[in-house]
Amino acid sequence: MGAAPIIENKAMTTDHEHSDRPLSDIEIRVKALESLLIDKGYVHPDTLERLIQTYEHEVGPHHGARVVARAWTDESFAEHLRADATAAVASMGYSGRQGEHLVAVENTPGQHNLVVCTLCSCYPWPVLGLPPAWYKSSAFRSQAVIRPREVLRTFGLNLPESTQVRVWDSTAEIRYLVIPMRPEGTQGWSLEALAGLVNRDSMIGTAVVSR
Amino acid sequence: MNSIHDMGGMDGFGPMVMEADEPCFHNEWERRAFAITLAMGATKQWNLDQARAARESLPMLCYLQAGYYGIWIEALESMLKERGLLRAEANAGSLGLKVLAPEAVRDALLKGAPTEREGSVKPQFKPGDAVRVRVMNPKSHTRCPRYLRGKQGIVDRYHGLHVYPDSHALTGEENPQALYTVLFTGHDLWGADGSADQVSADLWETYLDASPIQS
Repeated sequence: MGAAPIIENKAMTTDHEHSDRPLSDIEIRVKALESLLIDKGYVHPDTLERLIQTYEHEVGPHHGARVVARAWTDESFAEHLRADATAAVASMGYSGRQGEHLVAVENTPGQHNLVVCTLCSCYPWPVLGLPPAWYKSSAFRSQAVIRPREVLRTFGLNLPESTQVRVWDSTAEIRYLVIPMRPEGTQGWSLEALAGLVNRDSMIGTAVVSR
Repeated sequence: MNSIHDMGGMDGFGPMVMEADEPCFHNEWERRAFAITLAMGATKQWNLDQARAARESLPMLCYLQAGYYGIWIEALESMLKERGLLRAEANAGSLGLKVLAPEAVRDALLKGAPTEREGSVKPQFKPGDAVRVRVMNPKSHTRCPRYLRGKQGIVDRYHGLHVYPDSHALTGEENPQALYTVLFTGHDLWGADGSADQVSADLWETYLDASPIQS
């Protein structure tokens, strides 16, 4: 097969729904299946819209960013997060599907944490939303457990040898949220300003937070 | 099953491709595929482990080429067919199927499907114990990845009793078992060729034996 990327990136084509080109095979298949399931009464069309709306516009990494910012500024919340992340996160209103059992893992100068699911693409939906394409890619799933430093370098992250890299493979229903280190020079910042610094990748472990 | 989904440690999938400002869905069909898969899951005609097993059972090339939501659609179609749900005479009324109502979506998502169970089963291991992952190669669904089988590790955390995916996929039986986070050194997994200092995975007690080499 050579070194060419596997065709997974086919999902990266742009949205052509409004163009007049003919529908592709997968588009026809999904449309037909959806109509059939609605006709049979198995799924309600408004339910489908609500599911899409929830993950496209409501749930996302802004949830996780608020959890991180609060952990940085509120030691009792940070303690709660360490002891029972599911309950701590639920106290902020985030819970449920693909985040039923949460664990927060804190980065320190001595340890950097990276999350992967080698067997599928398990990801903490209530705090990060749906995973990006690279997280679901075979390249990331295969390499993160064996060559994490090289993977991190492709994200522009060069960790010193003195920082240990720990990889968390999400093989069960435990979902991991990385708590990145708080950047220097942010004392006295508001919760919202701090949350604004925290990007999605820093909560998976492929980035750090900087000012 | 030892199929291509179990890819931890493999080489040859090409470079990582990152996309700036990536949208949640790239195409309308992905939105629809996502929504019909979740809505059908809510009818409880299969459980999550059975859905995973169906995805892992796809032919290798199909799995690699279909893309994430393509895999979901392939597996959804196969589960619908296997259960006779696409037959002409089948419909929600005649089957007494419980359908997810639009107004129930929010609560269903906030509740999720926790897998921890109460039970009197005592965990055999505790944090700090040295364990060895069993050598096993079941043809059916398992969440014990190949790259860990036969390897030595240390129990890092105990998570309580959780639905056991191997039986849950095969027969629907929950059979809750102790679940642990087990920590391995990169060197024990990959020799001198890896760059991970530590790798952990969440493993059920049935996947583990007490290690003959105590730390």
